[in-house]
Amino acid sequence: MHTVPASGLLAASWLLIALPLAGAAVLLLGGRRTDRWGHLLGVATVAVAFVIGLACTVQLGGMSGSKSVNLDLFTFISAGTLDVKAGLLFDPLSAIFVLLITGVGSLIHIYSVGYMADDPGRRRFFAYLNLFVAAMLLLVLGNSYVALYVGWEGVGLASFLLIAFWYRRPAAVTAAKKAFVMNRVGDVGLALAIFIMFAQLGTTSFVGVLGSTGALAGGVLTALGLLLLLGACGKSGQFPLQAWLPDAMEGPTPVSALIHAATMVTAGVYLIARSAPIYDHAPAARTVVTIIGAITLMIGAIAGCAYDDIKKVLAYSTVSQIGYMFLAVGLGPIGYVAGLAHLLTHGFFKAGLFLGAGSVMHAMNDSVDMRRFGGLWRRMPVTFATFGLGYLALIGFPLLSGYWTKDAIIEAAFDHGGTTGYVLGGVGVLGAGLTAFYMTRLMFMTFFGRPRWDAGSASTPVDPHESPGVMTVPMIVLAVGSVAAGYLLTQAFPLSAWLSPVFGTNKLESHVVAPLWIGVLVIGAMVLGVAAAWLFVGRREVPVVRPARVSPVVRAARNALYADAINESLFMRPGQWLARALVFVDNRRVDGAVNGIAATLGGSSARLGRAQTGFVRSYALGMLGGAVVVAGALLAVTAG
Amino acid sequence: MGAITAPSLSMAALAPFLFVFGAAAVGVLVEAFAPRDVRHPVQVGVALVGTIGGLVSTLLLAGRKEVTAGGALAVDGPALFLEATVAGLGALAVLLFAERALDPARSAFVAEAAVPAGSPRDAELLTSTRVQTEVYPLATFAIGGMMLFTAANDLLIMFVALEVLSLPLYLISGLARRRRLLSQEAAVKYFLLGAFASGFFLYGLALVYGATGSVRLSAVRAAVSTGGTGVLLVLGLGLLVVGLMFKASVAPFHTWTPDVYQGAPTPVTAFMAACTKVAAFGAILRLLYVGFGTDAWTWRPLIYGIAIVSMVVGAVLGLTQTDLKRMLAYSSIAHAGFLLTGVLGIGTGASGTGLPATLFYLLAYGVTTLGAFGVLTLVRDGDGEATHLSQWAGLAQRSPLTAAVMSLFLLALAGIPLTSGFTAKFAVFRAAIQDGAWPLVLVALLASAVAAFFYLRVIVLMYFSAPTADGPTVGVPGLPTTLVLAITATATLVLGIVPGAVLDLARSAAIFVG
Repeated sequence: MHTVPASGLLAASWLLIALPLAGAAVLLLGGRRTDRWGHLLGVATVAVAFVIGLACTVQLGGMSGSKSVNLDLFTFISAGTLDVKAGLLFDPLSAIFVLLITGVGSLIHIYSVGYMADDPGRRRFFAYLNLFVAAMLLLVLGNSYVALYVGWEGVGLASFLLIAFWYRRPAAVTAAKKAFVMNRVGDVGLALAIFIMFAQLGTTSFVGVLGSTGALAGGVLTALGLLLLLGACGKSGQFPLQAWLPDAMEGPTPVSALIHAATMVTAGVYLIARSAPIYDHAPAARTVVTIIGAITLMIGAIAGCAYDDIKKVLAYSTVSQIGYMFLAVGLGPIGYVAGLAHLLTHGFFKAGLFLGAGSVMHAMNDSVDMRRFGGLWRRMPVTFATFGLGYLALIGFPLLSGYWTKDAIIEAAFDHGGTTGYVLGGVGVLGAGLTAFYMTRLMFMTFFGRPRWDAGSASTPVDPHESPGVMTVPMIVLAVGSVAAGYLLTQAFPLSAWLSPVFGTNKLESHVVAPLWIGVLVIGAMVLGVAAAWLFVGRREVPVVRPARVSPVVRAARNALYADAINESLFMRPGQWLARALVFVDNRRVDGAVNGIAATLGGSSARLGRAQTGFVRSYALGMLGGAVVVAGALLAVTAG
Repeated sequence: MGAITAPSLSMAALAPFLFVFGAAAVGVLVEAFAPRDVRHPVQVGVALVGTIGGLVSTLLLAGRKEVTAGGALAVDGPALFLEATVAGLGALAVLLFAERALDPARSAFVAEAAVPAGSPRDAELLTSTRVQTEVYPLATFAIGGMMLFTAANDLLIMFVALEVLSLPLYLISGLARRRRLLSQEAAVKYFLLGAFASGFFLYGLALVYGATGSVRLSAVRAAVSTGGTGVLLVLGLGLLVVGLMFKASVAPFHTWTPDVYQGAPTPVTAFMAACTKVAAFGAILRLLYVGFGTDAWTWRPLIYGIAIVSMVVGAVLGLTQTDLKRMLAYSSIAHAGFLLTGVLGIGTGASGTGLPATLFYLLAYGVTTLGAFGVLTLVRDGDGEATHLSQWAGLAQRSPLTAAVMSLFLLALAGIPLTSGFTAKFAVFRAAIQDGAWPLVLVALLASAVAAFFYLRVIVLMYFSAPTADGPTVGVPGLPTTLVLAITATATLVLGIVPGAVLDLARSAAIFVG
């Protein structure tokens, strides 16, 4: 990797991070004084950051030669031989993330102005949201793994704060803690990877590490790849660390849209794409990435079929779609662009879907139970239309976004070759069918059929209505993106060309399976999924209470394939046993010793304290005694 | 007998002393001539100008190395570093003295010290807003004496400085407005024991003169390195050390400390705890490093033993204290032991890291302890400051900011990372280990662990206990105390998180002039 120093507007790219950070600082430190205009400041900082990001990207696009622009800011850590400079790296890869984060981020900020209008904590909400944007931008712009790690922890913190935003709800607090702990598991992997880099190479900068992967032994590279993958799995909700993401839906819906769908959870994909040179030399680690992706995409899709909570379905859908992205980036050079393109289009339509879900919840007194929805398309036409477009994009309806980018991944999977290729491709096709099923089910239960909501109480009657313009406009913009982004990114302005400075140009000479047949296969799976949803959900009356007597398969899906149960029996319970055993030892043995010492010290303190009589004569005597000892000791030393 | 020749004086090098002593002298005149109602602001102004002037002029002298006043005064790195520390901390202490918003009678100091405590006239004056403004020139004299103490290159000058700093302290310890008998008792005890300690110092001085024929530290050093140590010299050294250890409140010469710290007005306690400690250690360092530096093997075992005693006594006795001021007094005794650990890191020649570490420790400890006593002035009940531990229960609910600031200072005193206390302790312990004194460091770590108990107990009380029904109120401080707390808290944090610059400064300052 060859970098050039930043010039022009790119030299001011630190503003991208500084602006939202300043916004967060003002809102958090300013306190109630900023309540009245706080949300506007929050929107403004992100919007301006978007404009700067756009201008920087335009400048980058116009540059000839190296497109990796480095900006050194200051020395962050200088200890012994470790010298970490805080600096930014603006290249085509980080540019697309900057645009996604600030673009979708701006829309969601605007939406939140309406969504959180009645919440007393709105200012705090915008402060955390700004903090998140700043940290996320640092994550994708940092020019070293340490800078990335700071951003990585920053988004983790923001995510924690926002999941537990309604901190009086026990469920929200528990979910935040769960997210925090499971992320910690992944973070340990990332931290260990950074330690290995420093131990082996003496540097943590992208240029230094990725430029010298050839100098590392194969085992070290595989270890690095697997540890980075562990970090990525934690942040992106991938198997086996996927269980926190659906619970994270306890946070306000704009948070689910921005953090837990469009941006933060894709950080793992960014990490793996950024570390491409490491994976290029570690085929074993790369294979594990594809396997993880394939497993997760199935788990997410299966669980998504069984939930009745609209946000949880979307959350499992996110888990599943990120599984696609992992599968793609695990396929090697041909997969990177496909995975990142899907990441971008997914950012649009999943954010749009979440905002739509938020709009529905807004109309339904914050209810999330789809069994209590139904027939909403009449009451909320804008929400229905935008949500519908997002839905079509997600299931891969021809010519909409998901069609282009998901097909590309499945194509790449088949092109991997051999049995592996057929297995991975098959999983992809199956996943596409399941996606169509659970999303169609969601559409039927929410927007079609007979209205199933009850009247609500007198003070808060349930009367579904369209959301205000400040909420619908961002939804419309995202819907336009859901429709067009796929075509734009794959056909009109191919992402592969934009990213070629980072990943090189990779064009397959021949296909294992002809793209046409893959297209037919995927569309066939989609049609099957939609039809199945019609058979099982659409043509029948949806029971308001969810049936208790169901097949084991459905029960397994409802329990998200027992991920929580597995976590609990494998880690939590042994942990509790260990803790109990330690508490026993602590109480009986350690405490005994500690209490003994404390009693001894306390006793001697009381005894010594008796010398402190308050009488000057005894004080003077003590000093005299001390002086005699001093003189005696000195004489002894001299004489001896 | 020849004519007495006037020694050459480098006026520039003496500027800090001129500032501070000049301000003190002006203060005396103000006391005599200024009308009563303007006296307080004028006195505060004069004292601040003197101390801040002293601080600035010291900083301007940075890097200078010379001996002036006929060899009696040293102007070198350690002297300037500690003079600046004393002057700076002194200015902060003056601000604490000047606080008028906390006590209903608008001052922590008595209206007329000469009125017998408990007399009808005393009761009458308790509510008046009059105040004894002599405290400012007295404190300024003490600050001047302390600065001189750290720069004295001559045992006689050192003794004079000792008295100049001590006499005003005895006086102002007795000036508390409330609990006057306790305050006066503290003053008398301090005076009697101080006089006793001065006697040791003076006798030691005489013995050293007898052995070497000079009171100049350089001459002592020459005598030690050529003639070795005779019995007279060793006894003299021992007695000098006893006199200095008394001032630094090192066990077993610490007995006055808890009583005086508790009885004295809290701003004065803050002043004593911070500045006297700095000055006394300045003198100890100079006496041992310059005068007896070539003879370290004689005094090292002694200091080693005293350090252990002081750490253990301070930490263990602190455990059972129920009064916060007394607890901080024992903390100060334990810290004196930690400081001696740093003094031992003399190393061989320039490689010794003990001196810069000790200098840094003095600064860090002075700032933190000043701040901690400053917080004590805020929490009050009807009878003045509420210093009993039980009264602090649940303070965090009533006044979260006060509790947070106090917790910061306590964590720093306990030596928890990210506070100045950790950096300082780390530095002195490292210096001692480099010099092979690891058993001492082991004891120091154990003592730190024991002492952490009583610091943390206060935090636990403040945060995890229910407040008592008739608990104390937390006063809203005026500008001076607010300023002091803000500066000390910030410095405690900064010295803990980015200590690099100050550590470098201490390192570059750590060379004595011969």
